[in-house]
Amino acid sequence: MTPPLLEITDLAKSFAAPDGARSLTIDIPAFALAPGEQVAVRGSSGSGKTTLLNLIAGILQADRGRIVLAGQDLGTLSESRRDRLRATTIGYVFQNFNLLQGYSALENVMLGMLFGAGIDRERARALLERVGLGHRLHYRPAQLSIGQQQRVAVARALANHPKLVLADEPTGNLDQRHAGDALALIREVCREQNAALLLVSHDPAVLSAFDRVEDLAQLNRAAGDARTSPASEATT
Amino acid sequence: MTGFGLMLLVRRSLRQHALSSVVTCVSVALAAGLTMAVFAINRQTYDAFTGGEAGFDAVLGARGSQLQLVLNTVFHLETSPGNIPWTMYEEIAANPRVELAIPYAVGDNYRGYRIVGTLPEIFTKFQYRTGKTFQVKPGGRIFTMASHDAVVGEYAARKLGLKVGDTFRPYHGLAVDPKTQHKDEFTVVGVLEPTNSPSDRVIWIPIEGIYRMSGHVLRGTGQIYRPIPGEDIPPAAREVSAVMLKFSNPAAGFALDQQINKQGKVATLAWPVAQVMAELFDRIGWVSRILAMVAYLVVVVAAGSVLASIYNTMNERRREFAILRALGARRATVFAAIVLEATTITTVGALVGFLVYGAILAAAFYIVREQTGIVLDAFRFDPALVLTPLGIAAVGALAGLVPAFKAYRTDVASNLTPSS
Repeated sequence: MTPPLLEITDLAKSFAAPDGARSLTIDIPAFALAPGEQVAVRGSSGSGKTTLLNLIAGILQADRGRIVLAGQDLGTLSESRRDRLRATTIGYVFQNFNLLQGYSALENVMLGMLFGAGIDRERARALLERVGLGHRLHYRPAQLSIGQQQRVAVARALANHPKLVLADEPTGNLDQRHAGDALALIREVCREQNAALLLVSHDPAVLSAFDRVEDLAQLNRAAGDARTSPASEATT
Repeated sequence: MTGFGLMLLVRRSLRQHALSSVVTCVSVALAAGLTMAVFAINRQTYDAFTGGEAGFDAVLGARGSQLQLVLNTVFHLETSPGNIPWTMYEEIAANPRVELAIPYAVGDNYRGYRIVGTLPEIFTKFQYRTGKTFQVKPGGRIFTMASHDAVVGEYAARKLGLKVGDTFRPYHGLAVDPKTQHKDEFTVVGVLEPTNSPSDRVIWIPIEGIYRMSGHVLRGTGQIYRPIPGEDIPPAAREVSAVMLKFSNPAAGFALDQQINKQGKVATLAWPVAQVMAELFDRIGWVSRILAMVAYLVVVVAAGSVLASIYNTMNERRREFAILRALGARRATVFAAIVLEATTITTVGALVGFLVYGAILAAAFYIVREQTGIVLDAFRFDPALVLTPLGIAAVGALAGLVPAFKAYRTDVASNLTPSS
């Protein structure tokens, strides 16, 4: 039996409120994702979606529990090893894309490679061509439409041959028609690149496209509490 | 991550903040140029004025300040401390310890350029620098003793527009006052090749020409003697302002110093010439130290501007750092990028500083040449030309540590725009 790509056990994460009290945001007993699998996680605003993805990406550290990604227990790794693992194993598509404004589309994708497999201009170009932006290589984010920016973010997420792509409300800023196209593109490209996809969304249209959909309200025992967590820690 | 990757980040950041980067670069360039210029000019001036490899060993003159004597005879600055009798020149010239003695008689000028009365040996035997004698440009010749000939230094000839065949009438003293212009007319018979020394600013005439200049009197005997045209001037009546001396051996200096300075009461032997000038520089060494301090302060201010210019961008760049971190950049990478950015600004600034250095040097060279005739060497290597850029790059890197530490501490999750 193939071992899971991602395995979460007894995961907990809390944040300090301004009054000093700690608010539990994530409390997930178990979750697993197989290599190449595509899973959607349903979660409403404040349910801890982004926090979960940040924990899996090693951006946040769990208070408790284990996250094993590609055979490596994140809790046992130093910060720089986690950074390295994130760069080489994970592609991240943010809801607001988080493209670097001073860089062209091509450079944004190359930046994704900078910390992982190393800069491969031809691959960056090929990825942008694959997402339909071959004619916009040297455009800066501000010169691109929202949909085009999203496609650059997808190309960047796949730049380092990741085993897992995390997508945080990737269609949240798109209209319905573009959202459908974008989702199809993400799923298709992940499949082509043999990358698993863990997508979080609250959009029923998006969720309906997946065979496996997990409900964060059920998965995360702290989901109800998280909704009341302070806005300053709005990484939930 | 490769150095290329870091440079990509740095280059783009510099381009994004082009105005502040350029302004900071310019301030670093000014600091670097000023620092290099202060040290290089100071060292070159010191070397130029302390003689280096002068072709003569000492100057004999009237009792008084050795420094004044050297400034007057070697650098043609200051006033003459007075005269000594011709007989003293004859005595020292006959001394077996002295290989060469050339008398100078000074006290006149032509439109600000000093006139020195001397012997023709100044052109044939005297070495203004070891192994270097004055050379007359083609078409000219040296003067003869009993004549109204003049040989003009290259710089003076150029500035005065004098050429072979031209005539001029000297002014008495060091000022240009029509009331003090002598009636005697001198003819330029030669122009010297440039020597890049104070001698380039001098007009040389026969010493007899000085003695017989209208209005001049001689006091060699203690009594006033007015030279009579057609008659020899008695040696006892003659005077000289100074005697340039070359010793036959190094020990001669000690013996003559003892004899003239320690035991004698009439004359002063400025020896060694380099040491006399070195003492001057030692005395005014505080000026150099203040200039160096100003240069260091400017470097500190430039480092502060590097720090401020990068630090001010930190808030707007927190999200950029968070994105880079989310893409897998380590804290150390972000830290290194900021330090490299600061180092790049200061290094580019230090390199541009060579232009500033060149400009300051050009101005300093012009002034030194104009005032003294000494030509400094623009291409002479000075340790400051290496140490200053290196030091400034290091200071820049240090200045980058503060914003780099801020970037290092950027929290990724809270600086990625909240999304859900």
